[in-house]
Amino acid sequence: MTIATDLALRMERVSKIYSVGDAQVVALDHVELTVDADEIIALVGPSGSGKTTLCSIAGGLLTPTDGSVIVGGQDISQYSAKQLTRFRRESVGFVFQTVNLVPFLTASENLLVVDEIGPRTGRRARDRADQLLGELGLTDRSSNLPAQLSGGERQRVAIGRALMNEPDLVLFDEPTSALDTQLGDQVVNLIRHEMKSRGTAAIIVTHDDRITHYADRVARIVDGRISDPGARDD
Amino acid sequence: MKLALRELWRRPGRFVVATAILALIALLLMVLGGLLDGLVAGSTGALRAQRGQLIVYSSTSQESLVRSHITPSVRKEVEGVAGVSQVAGIGSVQLGARIDGHGPRDLVPVVLFGYELAPKGLPDAVPAYGEVYADDSLQAEGVEKGGTIRLGPARTPVRVIGFLDDSRYSGQGTLWGSLATWRSVLAANRPGERAGEGVDQALVVRVAGADAIGQAGAIDGATSGATKTLTIAQAIDALPGVSQQQTVFNQIIGITVVIALVVVGLFFALITVERIGLYGVLKAVGASSGILFAGVLVQALVVTLIASAIGVAASLALAAAIPSGSIPFVATPSRLLTSTAYLLIAALLGCAFSLRRVLKVDPAAAIGGEQ
Repeated sequence: MTIATDLALRMERVSKIYSVGDAQVVALDHVELTVDADEIIALVGPSGSGKTTLCSIAGGLLTPTDGSVIVGGQDISQYSAKQLTRFRRESVGFVFQTVNLVPFLTASENLLVVDEIGPRTGRRARDRADQLLGELGLTDRSSNLPAQLSGGERQRVAIGRALMNEPDLVLFDEPTSALDTQLGDQVVNLIRHEMKSRGTAAIIVTHDDRITHYADRVARIVDGRISDPGARDD
Repeated sequence: MKLALRELWRRPGRFVVATAILALIALLLMVLGGLLDGLVAGSTGALRAQRGQLIVYSSTSQESLVRSHITPSVRKEVEGVAGVSQVAGIGSVQLGARIDGHGPRDLVPVVLFGYELAPKGLPDAVPAYGEVYADDSLQAEGVEKGGTIRLGPARTPVRVIGFLDDSRYSGQGTLWGSLATWRSVLAANRPGERAGEGVDQALVVRVAGADAIGQAGAIDGATSGATKTLTIAQAIDALPGVSQQQTVFNQIIGITVVIALVVVGLFFALITVERIGLYGVLKAVGASSGILFAGVLVQALVVTLIASAIGVAASLALAAAIPSGSIPFVATPSRLLTSTAYLLIAALLGCAFSLRRVLKVDPAAAIGGEQ
């Protein structure tokens, strides 16, 4: 179902409960969260607070036990696994903590993976990959394998891959955790620049205080509840 | 798909072991098949070369040429059956042959056939008395056109006037002459089995219609049960040892295919386990299980095709290297293609072991580890 909205993400009373043996673990408890179309949110909270679960549900990796999740106007709460696969391919981008590029593909091919796993667009996808690599300062490195790239370059390739499908929302999972201070700053700057220049919303799951300064808003989550949704810099 | 092919191309080392093992299995499969084909061809060539559709044995012969005995009166009854267009006598005798250039005790086992209806590869005219055509496998034993072979303890001479191929019988080279030549050689060397004038061991029958099996029944009915008539295929199956050879070899081939299936299954199951993290990421960015499993299948098929190509090349090299008449091995295109097809099917089934793992990969595992 498509809903007309200016929001990149709207989560309403979203709960996620896991069954562990006879016990039930509440990972998210009636979470309410909205993200504007070009807003960058830093999602912070202690380990086990539910940050990753929230991110996974917003990205269509998990389905909520209860509540509604609307991403870019699509209510994905009741999507089947097949619908979620298509949704992830077309509407969201991910940058994972460990980067996770395909090791035997070049930087350029890692971007084109997103096209190859769906209905192929060929030339258009290649042009977009070239454009993104150029914008990310990786034109000269497009033929290099991940093992031939520095940590920062790999992170930039991962960002490029997340932007290939022109997503409504990009989810970053601890994007600076494996980087030193200087590189971490560069990457966060780059994320902000890329998101703002495209008007794309982002949620950045982090423990890193540096990131909170670059975000438009810092949402805090504790024990599966948003304890502070943060104030927008209006 | 492209992703899977790129991995094969860029990381060939990962697939070398599986390819090498599968190539050895392919070679084993093709050698076993080639040996079976060679053994069967060497046992049945004389029957396959017949131009008739039916062979008429005497009913007490237990479908064995050497035990069979057809009298002129029975032959007349067969000739009188409606639909029978040609009846020709055939006889055989197994003997040791002395060939020029071999020592006096160095006998080459051969089967001499007497015939009226020329087998495939020979002219219609039956050779003159004392002249024979030889199976070309005997050339490896030193038999030459124009040469003389002395048969059996009586050392009955026959002169070779030409060659024909693929006519071996019971694993032995064959000689093809007139029924008169056969009777003469038989009488000189196996006096106890002497065949009188007009007596044949069996009859080769050509029928007008397509219903050869129906005609066989009609012939046996017309002779009041004095004959047992078989199609050529039935006569081949009735040869001692042929069906047993086929059964045993086919069982070994079946087990080899199962081993190939297990090798492919285990290899790609292990590779899939190694790739669970990568598959999680690819699923997270929108790859379906079907796309990922198709990649596994493509890799298994390519590895199997490469292994089969190596097996085919090795089999052809082996067939070329084996001296004619030494080991009954033939590498036929149909056998090589069938073996490749078996391996491809084994690869596809073997990959099914990986399907469950691919389906179970959770894309959520790609993003963090905490809840």
